[in-house]
Amino acid sequence: MTPAERLNHPAASPPLVDVRGVVMDYPGVRALDRVSFDLARGEIHALMGENGAGKSTLVKILAGRQRPTAGTIRLGGTEIRPASTRHAEAHGVSTVFQEIDLVPTLSVADNICLGREPTRLGLVRRPRLRARAAAALRRLGIAIDLDRTVEELPTAIQQLVAISRALDCDARVLVLDEPTSSLDASETGTLFEALRRLREQGLGIVFVTHFIEQVYAIADRITVLRNGARVGCWTTAALSREALVSAMTGRRLEAVHRGPAAAPEREPIGAPAAHAPPALAARDLGRRRSIHPVSLHVSCGEALGLAGLLGSGRTELARLLFGADAPDTGRVEVEGRPLPVGSVRAAIAAGVAMTPEDRKSQGLLLDFSVRENIVLALQSRRGPLHPLPRAEQDRLAAHYIEALAIAAPGPDTPVGQLSGGNQQKVLLARWLAVQPVVLILDEPTRGIDVGARAEIERLILDLRARGMAIVLISSELDEIVRLCDRALVLRDRTAAGALAGEALDESAVLAMVAAAPASASIANRTVDEDAG
Amino acid sequence: MRALLASRNLPSLAAAAILAVLVVAGSVRFEHFASVGNLSNLLGDYAFVAIAAVGATFVILAGGIDLSVGSMVAFTAMLAAWLVDRGWHPLATVPVCLAIGAALGAAMGGLIHAFALPAFIVTLAGMFALRAATFLLHDQPLGIVHPFLSWMSRDAAVPLGGAALPARAVLMLAVVALGAIVAGRTRFGRRVYALGGSPRSAEAMGVSVGTTTVAVYALAGACAALAGVVFASAKRAGDPTALVGLELTVIAAVVIGGTLLSGGVGSVGGTLLGVLILGVIRLLIDFQGNLNAAWTSVATGVLLLAFAGLQRALAGLGGWADRGTGGAARIEPRLPR
Repeated sequence: MTPAERLNHPAASPPLVDVRGVVMDYPGVRALDRVSFDLARGEIHALMGENGAGKSTLVKILAGRQRPTAGTIRLGGTEIRPASTRHAEAHGVSTVFQEIDLVPTLSVADNICLGREPTRLGLVRRPRLRARAAAALRRLGIAIDLDRTVEELPTAIQQLVAISRALDCDARVLVLDEPTSSLDASETGTLFEALRRLREQGLGIVFVTHFIEQVYAIADRITVLRNGARVGCWTTAALSREALVSAMTGRRLEAVHRGPAAAPEREPIGAPAAHAPPALAARDLGRRRSIHPVSLHVSCGEALGLAGLLGSGRTELARLLFGADAPDTGRVEVEGRPLPVGSVRAAIAAGVAMTPEDRKSQGLLLDFSVRENIVLALQSRRGPLHPLPRAEQDRLAAHYIEALAIAAPGPDTPVGQLSGGNQQKVLLARWLAVQPVVLILDEPTRGIDVGARAEIERLILDLRARGMAIVLISSELDEIVRLCDRALVLRDRTAAGALAGEALDESAVLAMVAAAPASASIANRTVDEDAG
Repeated sequence: MRALLASRNLPSLAAAAILAVLVVAGSVRFEHFASVGNLSNLLGDYAFVAIAAVGATFVILAGGIDLSVGSMVAFTAMLAAWLVDRGWHPLATVPVCLAIGAALGAAMGGLIHAFALPAFIVTLAGMFALRAATFLLHDQPLGIVHPFLSWMSRDAAVPLGGAALPARAVLMLAVVALGAIVAGRTRFGRRVYALGGSPRSAEAMGVSVGTTTVAVYALAGACAALAGVVFASAKRAGDPTALVGLELTVIAAVVIGGTLLSGGVGSVGGTLLGVLILGVIRLLIDFQGNLNAAWTSVATGVLLLAFAGLQRALAGLGGWADRGTGGAARIEPRLPR
C-alpha cells in the first residue's frame, strides 16, 4: 500500500474511460466524494468496496441511470454526460446489473436485440436479427438456441445473454455489477472465459464484486472505494489479499479464531445424562431427484458444516431437515423425538430454526419494520389468538438490535432499507427470539461485506458456545473450517465424506469435492462413522 | 416445428384443436352446420367482437386490462348513429370515431402510467364514464337510415363459394391480419411483449414504458371505436343499453385464444380463434334449438377455467424445470428508481 505500488496513469494515450472528481450527493448523504477512476482498453478493472462504499453509485453514473452532482467522465478523451441507459449505450458504455435485466418471456434473440431490432419499412427483419444475436453470442464463445425463452435458461446463461445484449450495441466498455453473485464455480469459469475473450478483443471491463478470489483470478487492476471515497488503485499482482481487505475495511481485519471444539455451557433441557440424544439427527434422509440418502447428527454446542459446490445438494438437505420438503426415505429426530414428515410447523415447534439462502425473497418482509420482522416467528408460534404485547415486542427488538449490533436507525425502520449484513442479522434475531435447539443457516454471509461477515461469524460461534446446535451451509470453505467442528462434504447430491477436528481444513474439503465419485458405499456412510 | 410446439404456443394450439373439434362435432350432429354460408354469417356477426378483441389483445399482452371496451363500443356506435342522424355520411363518421376512441384510450393509458394507477380502476372508471356519455348523447335507441348503409348490407359482400362474406367480416379479417403483423413483426410489437413480460426489465432495457402504455391503450380505444362503427352499421342503430359486459366476452376470447392474462405471452391470431370458438358454441346452441342461449355463457365459463388451468399447468411445468432462475426474478418487487 506504499505510494510506489500505486499505478500511475499511462501517459501515452488517453484511457478508454477517465472518471475525474465525481461527486454524487443524495439528500443528506454524499455517496461519492471526488472519486476518480480510469479504465484502459483490453483491461479488466475490479471495483471493490464494502456495502455503502459507493460502487453501485459509480456504476449507476457510468450506466447513465444517475447524473453526478459534479465531476467529468471522459470516453477516449471526449467528455460524455450519459443521461439514460440508452444514451450511455450509444456512447459504447454498456452495463449489466446484478438483477439480470432481461424479459423472461421473450426469446434469446429478441432479448439481445430489444429496442434496436433491424427493420425495413417498419417490419422487423427476423433473419438479420437472428444473425446479429448469433454474432453477439459468438463473441462470448457460447452457443445457445436463439428461440428459447430466457426464463428456460439457467442463471449463468441468462447472465451471458445479458452480456451479449450489451455487446450488440458496439460496446467499448462493459460494466458488470456483481455478475457472479448467483453463479457456482463452473458457471463463474464459463463467464470468466467469456470475459477473457472480450479483453483480448480490446474491450474495457469494469468488474464489481464481493469475491476476493475472483478478483485475483481475472482482474488486471483493482480500485477500492470506501465510504464514497477512492482509497487507491493497484495492479492486482502488487496488492496482497490482506492489503486489499485492509483497504476495503479501513482497519486490519480482526481474525476470527476458532472457538473451543465443543464446550457447551449448558446442557440441553431435560437431557442431563451423558448419553443425551443428539439435538438433531437424521438417518438415511433422502428424496428422489433432490438428494441421495444421507445420515448426520449434531449435538448441542456443536456446529456441523455442509460443504460442497452450489448444486451439490446442500440446500436440498437443509430443506429436508427443516421439513420444507418431504423425504422419500429416512426421518429426522430432534432431541431423540422423531418429527412428522415434511412439516415446517412441527419442526419449528420442536425447536428447529432455519434462515434461508435467499433472505430477500424467502425470509424477510422488506416493507415491514425491524421489530415486526424480529417478532414474526415468535408470534407465529404463539398463534394469532395470543398477540405478543407491544411492550414485549419493543423489548425483544431493542434487545436483539443491541445484542447483534444491528445498524438500524430504529426498530421501526423497514428492513428493506438496511444493508445486506444487517438484514441477515434481523433474520437471525427472528429465530433467536424463539430460542431454538437447532439453528440451520443457509449461506448466512452471502452478499454481505467483509466486516459484517466477521460479525455474523462471531455471532455463530457465540451461539454454539451457548449450547445451540448449528448446521451451517456455506460456499466459503474458510468459513466452514473456521466455524465448524465437523463438516459433511456433499458432491453431486451425495454425501462424499466427512471431516472433523484437525482433519477439517480447506484443502481436505476441496480434495473431497474434487475427487472422482467413488463407490456407492461412500454415499451411505454416516458422518460419525467417518469422523471416528 | 419445435418452436411451434413450444409450451408457450400450446394454449393457442389447444384453441385451434377445440375449434376444430367443435366444428366437426357440429357437422356430424347437424346437416349444413359447417357450410360456407354459416361461416360467413358467423364472421359477420362476430366481426365487431373480434375487432375490439384485437385491441384488447395488445392491452393484455402488455400486462394491462381494459374494462371500458363494452362502453367504448356502445359510445362510438351511438356517436356514429347520432352523426348519421344529423346528415353525416356514414364513412365520414369513421375517422371521427377512431380519433375519439384513440384519444380516450390514450387518456386512460396516460393516467395509468403517469399516476401509476391500476389499469383495472382507470378503465373501470372509463367504462362508467363512457356508458354515461352514451346516454347523454341520446338516451334511447337511435335508428338510422342511409342509402350507403342499405347498399352495404345488401350489396357490399365478397362472393364466397355460393354465399357472401359481409364487408364487415372482410374488414375484421384485415384488422386481425394487421394486428398480427404489428404484434409479431414490428418494434412496437416487441415492446408490448417486453412490457408484459417484465415491466422492470423492459424499462431497464430502454423500452419507453410510458409511450408504449399510452400507445397500447390508444390502439385498444381505436379498435373499440372501429368495432362501434361496425356495430352501428350492422344494426343500423345506436343503443345506449347495448353491449353491457362485452369487455368480459372480449377478455374471455383473448384468454381462450392463448394470451396470458399476466402479459408477455400470446398472439393476435389466437384471439381470432378465441372469438370463433365463442361464436361456434353459440351456433351449436342455436342449431340445437331447444337450449337456452344462457348455455353459451356456461360453455364460455367452462372453457375459460379450462384454459386458465392449462396455462397454470404449463407455467408450473416451466417453473419446475428452472426453479430459482427466471421465475424468481419475476416475483421480485419493483425496485424504486
